[in-house]
Amino acid sequence: MMMKMIIAVIRPEKFEQVEKALAEKGFPAMTVSEVRGRGEQKGIALRSRGGPVTVDLIPKIRIEMAVSATFAETVVQIIRDAARTGRIGDGKVFVLPLDMAAKVRTEEVSI
Amino acid sequence: MAIDAGDTAFILICTAMVMLMTPGVGLFYGGLVRRKNIIAMITLAFIAFSVVSLQWILFGYSLAFGTDIGGFIGGLDYLGLAGVGMDGEGIPDLLFMVFQLVFAGLTLAIVTSGAAERVKVSSFIVFGLLWTTLVYDPLAHWAWGGGWAASLGALDFAGGTVVHISSGFGALALALVIGRRVGFGTYTMEPHNIPLTLIGGALLWFGWFGFNAGSALAANGLAASAFVVTNTSAAAGAIAWLVASWYRGKPSSLGMISGAIAGLVAITPAAGFVDPVSAIAIGGIAGLLCYGAMLFRLSRGLDESLDAWAVHGMGGLWGAIATGIFAVAAVGGVDGLLYGNVDQFVIQVVDAGAALVYAFGMTYALAWIVDRTLGLRVSEDEEYVGLDISQHGESAHA
Repeated sequence: MMMKMIIAVIRPEKFEQVEKALAEKGFPAMTVSEVRGRGEQKGIALRSRGGPVTVDLIPKIRIEMAVSATFAETVVQIIRDAARTGRIGDGKVFVLPLDMAAKVRTEEVSI
Repeated sequence: MAIDAGDTAFILICTAMVMLMTPGVGLFYGGLVRRKNIIAMITLAFIAFSVVSLQWILFGYSLAFGTDIGGFIGGLDYLGLAGVGMDGEGIPDLLFMVFQLVFAGLTLAIVTSGAAERVKVSSFIVFGLLWTTLVYDPLAHWAWGGGWAASLGALDFAGGTVVHISSGFGALALALVIGRRVGFGTYTMEPHNIPLTLIGGALLWFGWFGFNAGSALAANGLAASAFVVTNTSAAAGAIAWLVASWYRGKPSSLGMISGAIAGLVAITPAAGFVDPVSAIAIGGIAGLLCYGAMLFRLSRGLDESLDAWAVHGMGGLWGAIATGIFAVAAVGGVDGLLYGNVDQFVIQVVDAGAALVYAFGMTYALAWIVDRTLGLRVSEDEEYVGLDISQHGESAHA
């Protein structure tokens, strides 16, 4: 069975909702990191009295999940629904092919 | 009466201790907000202190302690500290002036709770100047400057109405005008640094000894009594809120320190009038009452999220009323309800009610005016990025 690696970069303030939505639908396993990044709009430019202030890289949360290919689309949709605010900066979800996932504790290997 | 060296030394130290409470409030609030707003939160406390320090010298002290006008406000006789010098009764007049100054600065710092994570610094300076002039100064005059509350016989030892009811209900009014933070109720807005809040709380507890014991204005037995009841009430408040939060889950450290502050707030008006056993009751009830007020605020979805209203507003209200219940003549020369003096209880209720209505109404009006003219709030983008960067161009963690 083919596996997929899902990498989602989302707003930090939306993480709790995304995590909850995934867990409720039966996808609790994930690795989470605090990252910074930017999309096509290149950060946020502010009009400050002391001159322009640009926040180049915006704090984001990156979620990594290894799932069976059958569920990949479902998981992507759950993340999109829970992470969306409708404004620029909601993030992006990537789906990559995954060659193998080996559990450290046991000899179990998923391919 | 001449200047007393001991009294003067004591009040000088108390004044410095109370000053430290203002950055203490900043650290307390700074730990409770999100990481992107910590500098802004601490800075607001310093800004509040600086604005009031200048206002107080120029005309604030005069409005609070100048010759009484109609029981409402002081006259302009001390404008620019005219006639406030190095002489005085027991302590120099200048020392009394600056002791009162640090109270006024602290009070505005507490009000920043109501605008946490969304206020424009420029507008806050204008609002703060108006607030301290039109809310704090009259209330200080009512209680301590010969105003109507003092004439009525209302007891407020160290500022239950002046400092706590005013700032707590003021913060609530400000929060209502400025509106909720973007995402309030849906986004995660957990406190990002509780140890910092605990440090702020420690500074407050420490400074409060200067606040309450210093309000005796002399190094004497009354100061010692105020010191003891202050500590007792804080401890009772800390344990009461701790146990209440334990009952609902875990003994929260944030609950413990909030309870301590609730106990400190509540004992403030009573500090010169009650005995230590009464202080246990005042602080313990304050811890439970303020915890309940916080739960009520949450249930109503009010974004007064650093809880100046729940802790200072409701704690101050309880303290003002409790003074009328627990006062005992052996300490401060006046009996309360428990000792058969119904009148004092009624006076306390009237005083606290008037302070509450005035502080809330006036703050609401001032905030509304500043909001309509200058705009109280930062833009949505600025709020999203955080006030540290958008207002100050700085980050706490590089």
